Amino acid sequence: MTGEGNLFEQQRSNRRRSAILVAIFLAFFAWVGFGGDLGFYLYTLEAPPNAYHHTIPWFGIVTTVLGVGLAWIAWKRGPKQVLWASGAWQLLEPGSPEEKQFVNVVEEMAIASGLPRPSVWIVPDQDPNAFATGIDERDAHIAVTEGLLTTLNRDELQAVVAHEMAHIRNYDVKLMTLLAALVGVIAILSEGAWRVMRVGAMTGGRGGGGSKGGGGGGGKKGGAGALGLIIIVLWLITLILAPIVSRLLALGVSRKREYLADATAAQFTRNPAALATALRKVEDASAPTKAIKRGTAHLCIADPMGRRITSKQGFIANAFATHPPMAVRIARLKRMAYQYEQTGVIPEAV
Amino acid sequence: MTFVFLIVVAAVVIWAISAYNKLIQLKGDTLNAWKQIDVQLKRRHDLIPNLVESVKGAMEFEKETLEAVIQARNQAVNVQAGASPTGGVQALAGAEAALGAALSKFNLVVERYPDLKATTNVGQLQEELTSTENRVAFARQLYNDTATVYNVKQQQFPWNMIAGFAHCEQVELWEITDEKEREVPQVDLSMKPKE
Repeated sequence: MTGEGNLFEQQRSNRRRSAILVAIFLAFFAWVGFGGDLGFYLYTLEAPPNAYHHTIPWFGIVTTVLGVGLAWIAWKRGPKQVLWASGAWQLLEPGSPEEKQFVNVVEEMAIASGLPRPSVWIVPDQDPNAFATGIDERDAHIAVTEGLLTTLNRDELQAVVAHEMAHIRNYDVKLMTLLAALVGVIAILSEGAWRVMRVGAMTGGRGGGGSKGGGGGGGKKGGAGALGLIIIVLWLITLILAPIVSRLLALGVSRKREYLADATAAQFTRNPAALATALRKVEDASAPTKAIKRGTAHLCIADPMGRRITSKQGFIANAFATHPPMAVRIARLKRMAYQYEQTGVIPEAV
Repeated sequence: MTFVFLIVVAAVVIWAISAYNKLIQLKGDTLNAWKQIDVQLKRRHDLIPNLVESVKGAMEFEKETLEAVIQARNQAVNVQAGASPTGGVQALAGAEAALGAALSKFNLVVERYPDLKATTNVGQLQEELTSTENRVAFARQLYNDTATVYNVKQQQFPWNMIAGFAHCEQVELWEITDEKEREVPQVDLSMKPKE
């Protein structure tokens, strides 16, 4: 009981940490959407009665609609798109012993996780890798490369499938699809704002501040007007920095979810050591997984780009990787395995 | 004053309803996890006659081992019919562990017949057996985790006041007490096809 308790506790803390990151992300998105409107509203608050008053937050509304629209499209088409782009084929009638074993392992993990059995796909690529997709747990898909089936033994394959089942159980596909859509919207907005400002600077001839409120009138009224101006300037600065900030936040969430999926996989198999050796084998086959495209990277067991970034540690490498450093993941799993062997309890903090 | 009193009463009622529903949910989860074990045990029991049939010809002089497996299997089938979360779990766990022990002995015997193992049919059946053993183990793990949460919840204050209304009972966990029997899954894992 205590073992599971600790493991569940660890997952809770992991979940809490990614919830905080998601909250920061949403707050950031709200600021990008509505910050300009707020500034404009304050700026035009004390304008003469017949002048323009920015009371309806148009910019925020457009941003939100755009965000919801993109998320909706990604939601509807994402899973099919990902499978299609990787050239995967669905394994319906397992022929070879490896395929039979793979199907069996997926069924075993479906039992362990208490989820419905996902559909099973094979990617024709010799580099070992695997990914999960599907927004709904009743319509989930697990795909592995041919290389994975030949490289790993039964226990390791089971651990990798458990990691992918964990992504499904923890709703990671949903979360990351949503975040990717929001990152997309922010990139579009920033690009748009950048252009407007350049045009504004050229036509207005007023240098840097060209776009921020052409003839509004009174900065001298102080109070709300000045505050509004400050907010608008701050907002424009964030709009320029937004694409990179939002991407970094989304990557931060992605890495948290990888650790969480490793821990959940250990809960399913009670065999963290097998996942550690599986990760080592996947890492050692350093060739990039050609069949898997960049947009799918965050769904894979290991970064399919074979970027050296995931194997390094350090602030920059950490901030730009979809996956945590392989060495750290393996070390955490090994520690889990050691403590599990010694005490029968999977440690709380790894 | 009455206003405050009413709010307190309403809060208690709302809590009681949600606690009741939570307990019913846990009970449903536990029964569901138990059904999963049932399904996987049936799979295990159905697989054994096939396995025995396919090796019988080549293993005539190992009749004892084969018969031990069949007997343990029939015993387990009988015990399974009468088992439910509130009674007979331990007995079933014992019967299944005995079957597991008989099977691992059987596997050791099969190892002595390389020709037999080379037959694809037997190889396939062994993969099936491995998978079945794993499924039973994982179903058991899910059941034990779910049942533990259910057992603890209904004893905790203040849920224990609601437990009676929801007809909650303590359920038995699937536990193997004998150290020797604990080793069974490890023996099974060792029989994956060797390169």
